[in-house]
Amino acid sequence: MPRIYLDHASSMPVDERVFEFAKPYLISSHGNPSSLHSVGLEAKRAVEESRKKIAEFIHAENESTIIFTGNATEANNLAIKGTALRNITQGKAIVASAIEHMSVLNPMKELQKNGFSLTYLPVDSTGIIDLKKLDMILTKNTTLTSVMYANNEIGTIEPIQEISKRVHEKAMYLHVDAVAAAGRVPIDVQKDGIDLLTLSSNDLYGPSGAGVLYIKPGVKLQSVLLGGGQERGLRSGTENVFAIVGMGEAARIAQQEMQQESRRLLPIRDRLIKEILTIDQSYLTGHPTSRLPHHASFRFSYIEGESILLNMDMYDVQVSTGSACSSKTLEPSHVLLAIGLKHEEAHGSMVLTLGRSTTMDDVQIVSKATNETVQRLRKLSPMSQEWRK
Amino acid sequence: MASVGYSKKVMEHFMNPRNVGVIENPDGYGKVGNPVCGDVMEIFIKVKDDIITDIKFRTFGCGSAIATSSMVTELAKGKHVDEAVKITRGDVANELDGLPAQKMHCSNLAADALHEAIKDYKSKKQTK
Repeated sequence: MPRIYLDHASSMPVDERVFEFAKPYLISSHGNPSSLHSVGLEAKRAVEESRKKIAEFIHAENESTIIFTGNATEANNLAIKGTALRNITQGKAIVASAIEHMSVLNPMKELQKNGFSLTYLPVDSTGIIDLKKLDMILTKNTTLTSVMYANNEIGTIEPIQEISKRVHEKAMYLHVDAVAAAGRVPIDVQKDGIDLLTLSSNDLYGPSGAGVLYIKPGVKLQSVLLGGGQERGLRSGTENVFAIVGMGEAARIAQQEMQQESRRLLPIRDRLIKEILTIDQSYLTGHPTSRLPHHASFRFSYIEGESILLNMDMYDVQVSTGSACSSKTLEPSHVLLAIGLKHEEAHGSMVLTLGRSTTMDDVQIVSKATNETVQRLRKLSPMSQEWRK
Repeated sequence: MASVGYSKKVMEHFMNPRNVGVIENPDGYGKVGNPVCGDVMEIFIKVKDDIITDIKFRTFGCGSAIATSSMVTELAKGKHVDEAVKITRGDVANELDGLPAQKMHCSNLAADALHEAIKDYKSKKQTK
């Protein structure tokens, strides 16, 4: 049986066109963009070309709004610590949605330890943030509010324009982590009213090792990584030219093909959801419609997610889970708890993220594998017996 | 010790667990863990002349929780209860060619469930 990889939210293959395009920058055009000789300039030109492509991809004002980083985690750290520390005279209140990625929450928590006041923005049972609560939380001392464009674990797309309106009426900057959304739904930082936006190369079928922070003209922030002053002094360190060039090309291709690809994936995704929900005591997590087109996430009662993942792998179907047992911290997913699941419910989650390799033929194999996996694990489980009694 | 992922033996026990199920009217029963933490194990034993003649388990939990449950039933079956009660978490992990470090504590409760079942057997025996 062929491998069916449905864990694109964790890692994606590099598009072959992207690899071919960027390959010379590993081998022949290997210069350091800071070097003034011809080989260095060649690399510099390629980095600037990539910057332009990224700016176009998110409809930024100009290419100097784009700062390349080593990955999205770095971009999130720069966005959060960089603005909070730089604008400390304006206030020390910061806000994050309860379902943000750890690379947003952990820098926020560190700021909190250092005297900032951190407020979590709650979400409803579908993962949509509570706009009324947002109104109540925001003050003129709120320098930074961070809400992701769409969530990686439950696929829910947030009403960013509504959020932006509220943030800018009362507070200062809106940071949006768009790692999960970029390349799946169109992003327009100007229309959406975004001050800072995070992107990841690999999540666009680009090579790992590059990320981007978009910084709207006029937004003030300071560096959190000091060194030779690359990237306008905001992200020191020699550029990973290969990854940056690849990311630009990946963004260009994504921009061109996104709409068509989403249209292709939607019916496959919907069919998959429909088939899997025929399993007894199975539930969709996240929003039913305001949802990324490649994303299907579930929970199953009485069984545990790591077991689901391992069992599915035996069918050569690769999935993800928010189960505590699969995480490094052994804590259940904060996202699943934030949407109101009990601990024992959050343990039984399975996340499927589709990609360019996914076809309609996969649906039957995956839903059969899921069904057999759930049945087998429930037979082993003392919990399901209690339920049958 | 396996530090990356699970050993072949863990996966083999996860996929083909031994002694799954329930014993009606067991001579000893032990249950440990709780669903909030993500691991629940129960072990049923049948004992004759202090020898464990039959043993069954049911487990809610991750791969190592299921594999350790399966392994502990294999180790205990046919043993004298005083021998079986000496089986440790470490013995179970060693027999499985090791467990990832972060799994050693949380998902290695199977020996505890066995000890509970034996304790239950002994207390029932005293009251008879």
